[in-house]
Formats: sequence, structure tokens, C-alpha cells
Amino acid sequence: MKILVCISKTPDTTAKIAFTDNNTKYDTNGVQWIINPYDEWYALVRAIELKEADASHSLHLISVGGADAEPILRKALALGGDEAIRVNIDSDDSYVIATQIAEVAKSGGYDLILTGKETIDHNGSSLGGMVAELLDLPYVSLATKLDLNGSVAQVTREIDGGQELNEVNLPVVISAQKGMAEARIPNMRGIMAARTKPLKVVEPIACDPLTSTVSFEMPPAKAGVKLVSPEQVEELVRLLREEAKVV
Amino acid sequence: MVLIYADNINGVIKKSSLEALSYGAAVAKQLGTEAQALVIGNTSSDLSELGKYGVSKVQQLSGPESFDAQAFAKLVADKATECNATVVVFSHSLMGKALASRVSVRLKAGLVTGAVALPDTSNGFVVKKSVFSGKAFANVRINTPVKIVSLNPNAFTAVLGEGKAEVMTSPVSITTNVKVVSTEKSSSDRTLTESEVVVSAGRGMKGPENWGMIEELADVLNAGLACSRPVADAHWRPHHEHVGQTGVAIAPNLYIAVGISGAIQHLAGVNRSKVIVVINKDPEAPFFKAADYGIVGDAFEVVPKLTAALKASV
Ligand SMILES: Cc1cc2nc3c(=O)[nH]c(=O)nc-3n(C[C@H](O)[C@H](O)[C@H](O)COP(=O)(O)OP(=O)(O)OC[C@H]3O[C@@H](n4cnc5c(N)ncnc54)[C@H](O)[C@@H]3O)c2cc1C
Ligand SMILES: Nc1ncnc2c1ncn2[C@@H]1O[C@H](COP(=O)(O)O)[C@@H](O)[C@H]1O
Repeated sequence: MKILVCISKTPDTTAKIAFTDNNTKYDTNGVQWIINPYDEWYALVRAIELKEADASHSLHLISVGGADAEPILRKALALGGDEAIRVNIDSDDSYVIATQIAEVAKSGGYDLILTGKETIDHNGSSLGGMVAELLDLPYVSLATKLDLNGSVAQVTREIDGGQELNEVNLPVVISAQKGMAEARIPNMRGIMAARTKPLKVVEPIACDPLTSTVSFEMPPAKAGVKLVSPEQVEELVRLLREEAKVV
Repeated sequence: MVLIYADNINGVIKKSSLEALSYGAAVAKQLGTEAQALVIGNTSSDLSELGKYGVSKVQQLSGPESFDAQAFAKLVADKATECNATVVVFSHSLMGKALASRVSVRLKAGLVTGAVALPDTSNGFVVKKSVFSGKAFANVRINTPVKIVSLNPNAFTAVLGEGKAEVMTSPVSITTNVKVVSTEKSSSDRTLTESEVVVSAGRGMKGPENWGMIEELADVLNAGLACSRPVADAHWRPHHEHVGQTGVAIAPNLYIAVGISGAIQHLAGVNRSKVIVVINKDPEAPFFKAADYGIVGDAFEVVPKLTAALKASV
């Protein structure tokens, strides 16, 4: 079986958020890049576990981005996976990214396509659904558990107020979140092996973006905290009722 | 025409969908057109009441008993095309997320997810959305004739007005590729992202046995429960309560954080809360910098007192 994991590069979770060029660009100065946590901890690690359980699976990783996405793909390969594909285009439009992934997936004949729940920079939560629609495949989103049983995927997904166990015939697109696997740390052997694993660069197909980012803004600064003495919690209640009007 | 997809859970229209209806109605007004709602599945409430949120018509496609993104997306896209919708609105809920992206592809219509404000239509159609896990906003222009927006829960207040909507129900049947084997309800029936008040606690609570006072505080406030990541990782609390950059992102009116230090990754998921109250024994805890109100003190003393004071003041 062939598995494809979508890997996105995001700023480290402690990275400073600032903008340049008149607030039109994210300031990448000094930013450390990481694999988007949902892609790494859940989608990728679960795919690796599936391959560990059945070595006949082949596991490919894909990232749509410029050359600076390659260190991220190498890092992912150090955790596991047979080969990586980079589609050489930088875009902030989910439709463009999804179109590139769908194009690779079409010719690759993948049975299982995994994405993270969302990117922690763009916060789209949209890529998995778009890829699924482009390929006319079922999509199970926000999965917390995934098992394969022959040509059937057994997926537990989050629903409002609980969980639901689904069965769906492969091929399928699944977005992964917490619960699906436990984060791993790459070992020395993995890091060495990753250096020689194939990393293919493919050129993008033409596609017009449906959206464009005009500008960024920061939330208004807080006025500062009002401290209340632990001996006067009634005062806090009064402030919440009368000043903030939230209770 | 603005078409708003209204999620329902077991036949009841969700609060986040009511917000989406009001939002869609406001967009329609801005564009000088009308707003209509689309409901898929069977419902238990009187759908004409949705008129109060500003929609003139409710189209219900009855029949489907469980959600399937693939089948539902087709229904929504067909309906949008049939009634010449220029804007389609979803709530950025579990179902909305899965649907909006598929409908965007079907209609080849630009999508902005996680919108936090009405579009700026003075020059095209520009929507403000939350990015960097709540640390910033982006203004995104939709370049296509049909626009799709999914609205963050609690970002737009549902406005109740007058009026009844005309309801048109037509049965549909869908074929789904996803078989629901079983469902399991979690202990709390309050959806965290929809809670107006959230009480959250962290490692400062020392152990799961001390959560009784947190639950009592949440009960007086009719609040949802949340926790920091280490608390969920240690299985003191269920995973679905984990908020932050790698957990659930929330934006309640009031967020009360007890014994949580306020790490940047935690703040990322809660900093869109309107009012933040921090209870922490360490005056240097970084959370105080992001708080509106704070008490420097021992949670084990302050929380029961706060619960009592809230009870006394109703
Ligand atoms: C990639 C990445 C992603 C992450 N994602 C998340 C995320 O999504 N959500 C998240 O929460 N964390 C996340 N973290 C972890 C985060 O960095 C912090 O470690 C975590 O939030 C700390 O949890 P805490 O505040 O409960 O515990 P601590 O940092 O240990 O803080 C406990 C606090 O309790 C106070 N305290 C102790 N006793 C009492 C008492 N008796 N009364 C009152 N106060 C008391 C202490 O003063 C302290 O401030 C992430 C980390 C990384 C690296
Ligand atoms: N540029 C990209 N390349 C590959 N996969 C991506 C890219 N952007 C997003 N993804 C995948 O899509 C998921 C959801 O992204 P988003 O819709 O942006 O929140 C991520 O968790 C990744 O798995």
C-alpha cells in the first residue's frame, strides 16, 4: 500500500510574530522553522507506525514550497519514510497547494493521504478537504485514531461533544490530530539515513490562486492586568459583572 | 444571494451556526441582497424561527442521518449554484471545516477560514481571519466571483431580530462512503469552542484529584472546562480539554486560568478570549501580562472563595 503524508513548514511555536514591508509580509528574520506539529507528531508518526507494522507499505512525504522546505523534509525523513517530494512553488493560497498535492497524488496512486489538522501559521484547516475534493475521495477530518484492516481504514474522529468510529474504503484522505500517535525524536541512525533518501523536486502545474493576502495586523495591546487581592474575591466578581460584563 | 450553511447536532441548530446566520445576513445587507439558510438533515426545531437571525428563507434537505463531507459538499455546492449564491457562509466548526474546503473546490470559489469580522467590501472582498494561532490577523482578498467564508465561533454575536423565514423542505438521499460504526459521547455536553465562559487549569493544581473545585467553579458559571497541555499529556484530564497552539483554540467571553503559567504555546490558543482572569501564586507568571484581571494567590484557597462569591452574588 502507498501512503502519502503532507508536510508543511511552520515557524517554531515560540517564534516572534512580526511583519515587514508595510505589514504585508511575515518577518522571517531569525525564525527557526519546524515541521508543522500536527503533521509531524500525528500524521507522520502514525504513518511510520503503520509501516513498522507492515514493511510492504511505501511511505512518501510531500511538501509544497521553495528550496527552504528541504531541511524540513530531511528532518521528516529522519523520523521515517522512504522518499520525499517537493513541489517547487511558494504559495499562501490553499487551493494552489492542494492542486499541486492532488496532481502528485493522481499519478502516485496513493491509498492513504494524511494531513495535519491545520497549519499553526496559516490556520486554514482546509487543505485536506480540498485535496479530497480534487481527487473525489472521502475525507475524514480531525482523526484521533487510525488503523488499517485490509482495504478498509478504521478511523476515530472528533465530533461535537464526542467521538465517532468510521469505516471507510481506501483510498481516503484523513486529517490527523492529537491522540493518533505520540511524538518521536529522530535518532542518529535516522538522521544519517535521511541524508541519502531520495528527495525529488517536481515543478508545479499552472494554477491561479483564488485568494491573496493583502496585509497582516497584530491584535490590539491589552491595557494591563488589574490585580485583586486574594482576600477580596468579591471585588473580582463585581468587576466581572459591572466593568467587564462577562458574568 | 448569501447562502448560509447551518450545522445541526441531532436536529438542533448549533450556536455557532446562529452566529453564522447573523453574519451572513449582515454580509447580505452590505451587498444589498438577501440571505438564505441551508440545513441538511432532519431537525426538531421550528426552522422558520431562523428568520429572527435575518434570513428570509430556509431550505432544508431532509433525510441524511449522518454527516459525510463528500456527499454534503455536493449538496451545498449544487444548492449554491442553483440559487446563484455569490457568498456562501459556514461556521468554522468541526463539520464546517470539512465542508467549506470541499465546496470551495467544487465551486472553484476562494475560501477564507476562521473569519473574525465582516468583509471589507469597499474595494473587492477582503476578510479578516485569525492566523498564527490567534497571535495575529491576516486580511485576505477573495479573487473569485463566488466567495466562501467560514466564521470563527464566538467572533460575531448572533443578533436576534424579528421575523419568520419561509421554510422549504425537500427530501434528498445520499450515498456515503463513510460508515459510522459507533459514536461515543464525552462527559461534558458543552462544546468547548462554543462556551461563552471557560474555566481552565494547569499543573498548579498538583493532581487530577484536585479538579473538584475547578468543576464547581465551572458549574456556577455554566462554563466549559479546559486545561494546559501537560495536564492532558499526564492524563489528568481528557485530551479534548487541551487548549493552546497544539490543542483547541478558543475565544470565549471569559477565560479563567488557574495554576497555568501562560507559556506562549498556551496563550496562542486562548488569546482571542475577550476577558482573561489569571489565578496564580507566582506574581511573575507570564500569564499576568496577557490578563485583564488577576489574583496572585494560592488556587486552593482562592478558587473555592471565588465559587462561593459567585454563588452569593446571583
Ligand atoms: C511545540 C509545543 C507546543 C505546545 N503546545 C501547547 C499547547 O497547545 N497548550 C499548552 O498549554 N501548552 C503547550 N505547550 C507546553 C507549554 O510550553 C508549557 O509547558 C505548558 O503550557 C505549561 O503548562 P502549565 O502552565 O499547566 O504548567 P507550568 O508551566 O508548570 O505552570 C504551573 C503554574 O502553576 C502555578 N502554581 C503552582 N501551584 C499553584 C497554586 N497552589 N496556586 C496557584 N498557582 C499555582 C505556578 O506558579 C505556575 O505558573 C507546547 C510546547 C511546545 C514545545
Ligand atoms: N505547503 C504545504 N505542503 C504540504 N502540505 C501542506 C502544506 N500546507 C499545508 N499542508 C498540509 O495541510 C494541513 C492543513 O493545512 P491548512 O489547511 O493550511 O491548515 C497541514 O497540517 C499539512 O499536513
